Amino acid sequence: MSTDAVTTDGTTGIHPGREATVGANVPPGGGGPRKAKRRDEPEFGSYYDLPVINKPAWESPDIPGYLFLGGLAGAGAAVGLAAQGTGRPGLAKVSKIGAAVAGHLSLVALVHDLGRRGRFLNMLRMFKVTSPMSVGSWLLSGFVPAATVSALSAVTGAAPALGTLASAGAAVLGPPVATYTAALISNTAVPAWHDGYEYMPFIFVSSAASAAAGLGLLGAPVSESTPMAFLGAVAGLSEVALSKVHEESIGIVKEAFHEGKAGRYMKAAEALTAGGAVLAAAGGLTRRRSLRAAAGAMLLAGSAFTRFGIFEAGISSAQDPKYTVVPQRERLEKKARKGT
Amino acid sequence: MSLLDMRFDNGQEAAAGSGYADAPPRMGFFTDTSVCIGCKACEVACKEWNQIPEDGLEFTGMSYDNTKGLGADSWRHVAFIEQPKSLAGQITGGVGMAASSGSVASVPTAPEVTAEGIRWLMSSDVCKHCTEAACLDVCPTGALFRTEFSTVVVQEDICNGCGYCVPACPYGVIDQRHGDGRAWKCTLCYDRLGVGQEPACAKACPTDSIQFGPLDELRQRADQRLAQMHSVGVGEARLYGRDPDDGVGGDGAFFLLLDEPEVYGLPPDPVVTTRDLPKMWKLAGVAMSVLGGSIAAAFLGAGRPGGAA
Amino acid sequence: MIRDLIEHWPVLRQVRERDAFGRGIAAKSKQSDNLEPRTANADKVVKSICPYCGVGCGQNIYVKDDQIVQIEGDPDSPVSRGRLCPKGAATLELSTGPTRRYHVLYRPPHATDWERLPLDRAMEMVADRVIRTRREKWQQTFKDKEVRRTMGIASLGGATLDNEENYLIKKLLTALGVVQIENQARLCHSATVAGLGPSFGRGGATTAMQDLQHSDCIVIEGSSFAEAHPVGFQWVMEAKARGATVIHVDPRFSRTSALADVHVPIRAGTDIVFLGGIIRYAIEHDKWFRDYVVNYTNAPQIIRDEYRDTEDLNGIFSGFHEKASAYENEAWLPEGMSQTTDPEDGGEKDDPEYEERLQAVKDAGTAETHGSGGAGMHGSPNTDPTLQHPLCVFQLLRKHYARYTPEYVEQICGIPRDLFQKVCEVVTSSSGRDRTTSFVYAVGWTQHTDGSQFIRAASILQLLLGNIGRPGGGIQALRGHASIQGSTDIPTLFNLLPGYLPMPHAYEHATLDDYIEGEKSGKGFWGDMRAYMVSLLKAYWGPAATPENDFCYDYLPKITGSHSTYDTVLNQMAGECKGYFLMGENPAVGSANAKMQRLGMANLDWLVVRDFSLIESATWWKDGPEIDSGELKTGDIATEVFFFPAASHTEKNGSFTNTNRMLQWHYESKEPDGEARSDLWFMYHLGRIIKEKLAGSTDPIDRPVLDLTWDYPTEGAIEEPNAESVLAEINGWDSEGSPLASYEQLNEDGSTACGCWIYCGVYADGVNQAARRKPAKEQNWLGGEWGWAWPANRRLLYNRASADPDGKPWSPRKALVWWDEEKALWVGHDIPDFTASKGPHYRPPAGATRGEALSGIDPFVMQADGKGWLFAPAGLVDGPLPTHYEPQESPTANPMYKQQRSPVRQIFRHEHNRYHPSGSEPGAEVYPHVVTTFRLTEHFTAGGMSRWVSRLSELQPEMFCEVSPELADECGLEHRGWATIITARNCIEARVLVTGRMTPLLIDGRVVHQIALPFHWGPNGYTQGDSANDLTSIVLDPNVHIQEVKALTAAIRPGRRPTGPARVELVRDYQRRAGVTAETGTEVLSV
Ligand SMILES: Nc1nc2c(c(=O)[nH]1)N[C@H]1C(S)=C(S)[C@@H](COP(=O)(O)OP(=O)(O)OC[C@H]3O[C@@H](n4cnc5c(=O)[nH]c(N)nc54)[C@H](O)[C@@H]3O)O[C@H]1N2
Ligand SMILES: Nc1nc2c(c(=O)[nH]1)N[C@H]1C(S)=C(S)[C@@H](COP(=O)(O)OP(=O)(O)OC[C@H]3O[C@@H](n4cnc5c(=O)[nH]c(N)nc54)[C@H](O)[C@@H]3O)O[C@H]1N2
Ligand code: SF4
Ligand code: SF4
Ligand code: SF4
Ligand code: SF4
Ligand code: SF4
Ligand SMILES: [Mo]
Repeated sequence: MSTDAVTTDGTTGIHPGREATVGANVPPGGGGPRKAKRRDEPEFGSYYDLPVINKPAWESPDIPGYLFLGGLAGAGAAVGLAAQGTGRPGLAKVSKIGAAVAGHLSLVALVHDLGRRGRFLNMLRMFKVTSPMSVGSWLLSGFVPAATVSALSAVTGAAPALGTLASAGAAVLGPPVATYTAALISNTAVPAWHDGYEYMPFIFVSSAASAAAGLGLLGAPVSESTPMAFLGAVAGLSEVALSKVHEESIGIVKEAFHEGKAGRYMKAAEALTAGGAVLAAAGGLTRRRSLRAAAGAMLLAGSAFTRFGIFEAGISSAQDPKYTVVPQRERLEKKARKGT
Repeated sequence: MSLLDMRFDNGQEAAAGSGYADAPPRMGFFTDTSVCIGCKACEVACKEWNQIPEDGLEFTGMSYDNTKGLGADSWRHVAFIEQPKSLAGQITGGVGMAASSGSVASVPTAPEVTAEGIRWLMSSDVCKHCTEAACLDVCPTGALFRTEFSTVVVQEDICNGCGYCVPACPYGVIDQRHGDGRAWKCTLCYDRLGVGQEPACAKACPTDSIQFGPLDELRQRADQRLAQMHSVGVGEARLYGRDPDDGVGGDGAFFLLLDEPEVYGLPPDPVVTTRDLPKMWKLAGVAMSVLGGSIAAAFLGAGRPGGAA
Repeated sequence: MIRDLIEHWPVLRQVRERDAFGRGIAAKSKQSDNLEPRTANADKVVKSICPYCGVGCGQNIYVKDDQIVQIEGDPDSPVSRGRLCPKGAATLELSTGPTRRYHVLYRPPHATDWERLPLDRAMEMVADRVIRTRREKWQQTFKDKEVRRTMGIASLGGATLDNEENYLIKKLLTALGVVQIENQARLCHSATVAGLGPSFGRGGATTAMQDLQHSDCIVIEGSSFAEAHPVGFQWVMEAKARGATVIHVDPRFSRTSALADVHVPIRAGTDIVFLGGIIRYAIEHDKWFRDYVVNYTNAPQIIRDEYRDTEDLNGIFSGFHEKASAYENEAWLPEGMSQTTDPEDGGEKDDPEYEERLQAVKDAGTAETHGSGGAGMHGSPNTDPTLQHPLCVFQLLRKHYARYTPEYVEQICGIPRDLFQKVCEVVTSSSGRDRTTSFVYAVGWTQHTDGSQFIRAASILQLLLGNIGRPGGGIQALRGHASIQGSTDIPTLFNLLPGYLPMPHAYEHATLDDYIEGEKSGKGFWGDMRAYMVSLLKAYWGPAATPENDFCYDYLPKITGSHSTYDTVLNQMAGECKGYFLMGENPAVGSANAKMQRLGMANLDWLVVRDFSLIESATWWKDGPEIDSGELKTGDIATEVFFFPAASHTEKNGSFTNTNRMLQWHYESKEPDGEARSDLWFMYHLGRIIKEKLAGSTDPIDRPVLDLTWDYPTEGAIEEPNAESVLAEINGWDSEGSPLASYEQLNEDGSTACGCWIYCGVYADGVNQAARRKPAKEQNWLGGEWGWAWPANRRLLYNRASADPDGKPWSPRKALVWWDEEKALWVGHDIPDFTASKGPHYRPPAGATRGEALSGIDPFVMQADGKGWLFAPAGLVDGPLPTHYEPQESPTANPMYKQQRSPVRQIFRHEHNRYHPSGSEPGAEVYPHVVTTFRLTEHFTAGGMSRWVSRLSELQPEMFCEVSPELADECGLEHRGWATIITARNCIEARVLVTGRMTPLLIDGRVVHQIALPFHWGPNGYTQGDSANDLTSIVLDPNVHIQEVKALTAAIRPGRRPTGPARVELVRDYQRRAGVTAETGTEVLSV
């Protein structure tokens, strides 16, 4: 019976419609739920298997390219200054050119991926520590001019003092440039990017270092590229090792790195990087030009594949609800267990 | 304060921490899905008010949901879930398939129950206007901003379509519009709020499933509603996004659901990614030192040019 | 400049404005600073009403720079409280969207495409064609009877139009002698008038939507309330919040069921068994409300002893004439009363004309004339207040429904007994002195061959339980379009004149006196019928209407049977009807047997379509399904087609009457663009041009046109007629020209004019009462000062019954109106639906007539006896008590009676209208499944107002069919795939939605599957698909000619349908397999 009454004085017992309860107003006894057989449907673990989070709007090759180029540029600039400082003009030149070109290209990739390219300057509208892309934009806005001046001076020999200053600037900004992209992709809700965020910066710097080493091995005279062989060997091996550890830390999201495009890329990355690292080590010891060149090419390609692989793993992990739901469920259960 | 301990959030009255001196009370939505009739007036009202383009004419077969989800061109999305079980005491009768004979006298009473019933859940989803909003945090241009009502809004005159907000949102809300390039989502009708008007979707909603108001009040009302639901036997009722201590500091738009969140396409335990950002920055700092260090080491180790190790 | 830029550089503002993280005020842009909603800076806000459905939600239209910039709900409305459903919310796109047309189009005979035509030229051409066809097809007599009419012209549409527009359509066309004037009401709720009218005296919903909040139990049956009237559904939620139980009885588990407490799946077309079962339960378990029943219903009346029930005659009532397939109802009458309409008058029973007359009268749709006045009867019935007399209505009722056992309910409806028991318990325990139950229905009940009787069954139950006229009680008929109630009240219907005055019938109404004497009642307010009729004639013909010439009564064309829209289609195919106006209706999609609708149109000389966009009814000649199948060739089609773009409701003034009889005025917010014009404009100027062209004619057939009053002031550049002046005519005036305040002021002597007597008062004091908008918050729940409701602004009908015979509320929690001894007046929350000063103890003196003849305990003031009719001795042509017949097409033999189908149902034998075998008839297994059709929240009717609106189309983008998992398994249907559904009329394709919401039923020992089809699609528009109505047949309820589209049979198979001639071949193939012939399913009596 309703609580409501229309008395001669007016209405009483009114409740707003939003307080309606379904199925609560059936007096007991009789009736029962529908008795027809129903097709066995799996319990819902998701909404029609649709992803929970939206697919990143970022495109390949723009964004993975940007990640790769940023790493190359950042590490390259640091290598450039070190090479200059240790009397390796050839390596310095290659690295500085590499840093400048990669820096430019990474900007181009970033701008190219913008939905409104004409508004790229808005990147400097704010400075937001919560946004690695904002931080990165500021970094790049300092880094790219510095790397450019540094490279121009190295190529033309003009304004050596300014060149050195610029090289120093680029070298200081270089490691941050190489690293912020790790924070950038980790700082998302994409399981494959976020869930192993502790490892991501280290994977990224390894990858950056192996790319820069690769460039040096490929482009610098053999006489100057020995540090790159060391760097390449160590960075390459750590990149491969870190990727493994990373994958083991992220539960089922690991699958995203092993399936589809991402799986193929990651496999290629592993092979190339590991191979490149071994060759680099060998090249470092033997000083064989061809070996170093091959090692360099493989490291560069390996680094690129790593970025593309991580990128694709992110995309596919965003498109399957299980990567979002299962880890969160586990987390909740853990919390609940702790609670009781 | 070290970077590591730092949290980037501004607390519950997020507006206050965002430079607004006399911020009005925080406004939000309580969407009570248990009274939703799945009419989609909210979807249409939103589209009309915000002049959002059409979002495709695809028959999905997902019950009556042909919108599929939130995105740049759907800022409200009504989910439809058909389940072979009954809702609380609801009686959803039907004759069993067991055999019966033709004559009146011998028609048996209904056969044994496989007792499943049927229920049809409907729920209107929307941007959560998170207390700690990942989209807003990561936006490099400041296109996304926190309003004086503590809502989260994209400014169409600023957004450059960098796309960062899209993967940042743990709920899959904001998205980039094809052909336009910018990111779009519910503004909680910021323009209307400014003159004291109710959001278009809430105004239209025929059954008050979408309730708009000061968040404090809504939270209180929701608590009462939950208690009411539980007391009448709807044990599966739960609030989602109500808790200020959850992974996003609570949602400005929260819900009463009748099943697990993932059944509605919602993440069961979303965490704003920026909670981990201080640690990411710190680790990035370590990593960049490692990078610098290893480069230096490589040169040191290699000794003078020309020489081998 | 640069400085400025730097100063506003947000990075600096981050520091300056204490927004370190840059997420708040510092990030805010200039544009955001200056944001202003267009609702706040509009130039004006115009009050309007939603143009879609009959709920009648209030709308505010925001206008800036002469453009409509936004449309939203009006929070002041007592019905909608500012809320809108998706359609209401899409009104902005409807009225301003890109798919609207703004130019006149013309298709010459045999042409393959449209051409443009200037508006004035097109108007001239149409006027010429009207004049020509009218003359060519003039009928002065029909079978020796004066009819003064033309069957050459027909018109269809009105439910989307304003009352004022309907008024002009009916007025002009009637003067022209056109009788085939029809609108959606025929297809939609005509059965409502026939069901409610004879039961209670008026054919409208007895209650107001807001009053549902006071119900203790709400039974929604034959309606998907939450989907088809979503904003009205808020009142169900309100009732639920207070503890009411909500029961939904529906073949489908719909969005309404999802919110109900109980869902009862039922086989389509079997509701009389279900309702009859509850009636039986109430009687057997003594759960009926004795004091109410004895005093307020005809339960004590003693019926003539010649009466024989279906119990006695195996499924038919006494008085049946097989040749005429009609009843003669004399034996149904109470002792002591006689009937006013008697086909026996003027002829002996063995007169060969008798059967023809019986048939013609049956077909004339008289049941609908009880929209505001029960069936006419004279005398006083003999009664037995103890209800013991074996021939008293109560005992007859008990006997009739004794058969409606739970076992039959289970066997026929497919409802398990325990569930049925539950429903009986809830409904009866939520009724009585202290509690009230309301019933809500819509077209799930009306669209059956015995739909009027479904509604009768509910009426009987509600009377038995004492639920009529009381808060939270009543029968809520949820009507369809924005003003379908209005287009029934001011009817664009063949059988009615405004205010439910019957259209004169050639057989019975030769003169005004015949007409009045034949129709009016001795008692009750219908007794003043002459005053209503004379005032109408004065409104039509003004000074030309004098007492000497019977007020031009003979100017009215006469009907001779059924001239419903379905008869018109056959007339078109037969070449009789040559000109056709479609003013806001889309029969090529919306009417049953859509193919016949199109074939009929292909046989016209000319067709005028007035609509917003190019609906299917305007383009069938170039891209209709028959062009594809080769059944028609564009070049062969001689029909001239005129398309006139219509103005939308935002572009005109006028009133809509909502489902609760409430008139609401909507204001023009801008002039229509281009050549778009209102229907008021069209009719007015068409009439003006025709009158000009006929000026000086001496032909007597032109007199009614020339004498017609037609001088409405026009306004603005487009010369729009003033709608309020039409409303003033509808309201009526006295001899001084002053507006009348009430129909009680109407006179028989011609001193008053009134275009629609039941609307008299809507312009009282010269004030547009329909435009009243006192906010809901400032009045009680009935909102009596919002708009204006007929009759006399009463919101809950028969509300005298809310008080006991002594005039006191039955219960302190159910008070509505009561007798105030001190004031000697009826007072309360609503305007009493009773003579305010007539005390409860008043008893009429002997010989009293009209209103005086009703006693203080006669709440049903429009009834001849003042009582609610449990038993309807008159008023319906298919029986005094609802009786279960199987639908025309059914999977089962009628388990209850030998009579399979209603013996008086109206059938149409035509090669394109073949019926299926039923039950055990051979071939029935070829079409084994039940099909029912329904609506989606997201679409509207035949789609003209939703399939061209992107916002709605994207929500339901394709035609689909709902099937159970079991049926899908059985037939190999794949979810999301395609299915072809086949009947003897046509086949269509639809996407497959396999859903547990559809459940197979166990019927008579056999599993029966139901397939549900939305009927909104057609081949044009933003979203396109096949039309469900290509499957349906024309088979009608004999009372009101409504089509049975809610229960038919069909075959289904996986995959898409064939195209081209193969489509027709497939249909023929199934016909052959089932042995379908011209005779299939057309028998009158079952053998
Ligand atoms: N969204 C929307 N709203 C509308 C309309 C629209 O097209 N779309 N149209 C308007 C119009 S014109 C009208 S008339 C109304 C109609 O409003 P409704 O009558 O509510 O609409 P329908 O969906 O056609 O039919 C109602 C229900 O009847 C069920 N039904 C079918 N056969 C039977 C039967 O034999 N017995 C019982 N008990 N139930 C049965 C159907 O499954 C369906 O759920 O809606 C109006 N409002
Ligand atoms: N199978 C099946 N068939 C059915 C039904 C069913 O349930 N099942 N329901 C039936 C019912 S209840 C109904 S009411 C009918 C409805 O069937 P229709 O009335 O044929 O369908 P609508 O699409 O409403 O057509 C109304 C047209 O009027 C136009 N219009 C709107 N406003 C105006 C105006 O101001 N002026 C003019 N000139 N035009 C205007 C609209 O654009 C639209 O094209 O369908 C019936 N057919
Ligand atoms: S739900 Fe997503 S889009 Fe909305 S505020 Fe939170 S993070 Fe941003
Ligand atoms: S896409 Fe626009 S709103 Fe999203 S993060 Fe980039 S600039 Fe901000
Ligand atoms: S608040 Fe406004 S913008 Fe957000 S969903 Fe509702 S109508 Fe759309
Ligand atoms: S408007 Fe309200 S009832 Fe309709 S779908 Fe949206 S939330 Fe549900
Ligand atoms: S379609 Fe009916 S319920 Fe919907 S807004 Fe219009 S009048 Fe209201
Ligand atoms: Mo209708």
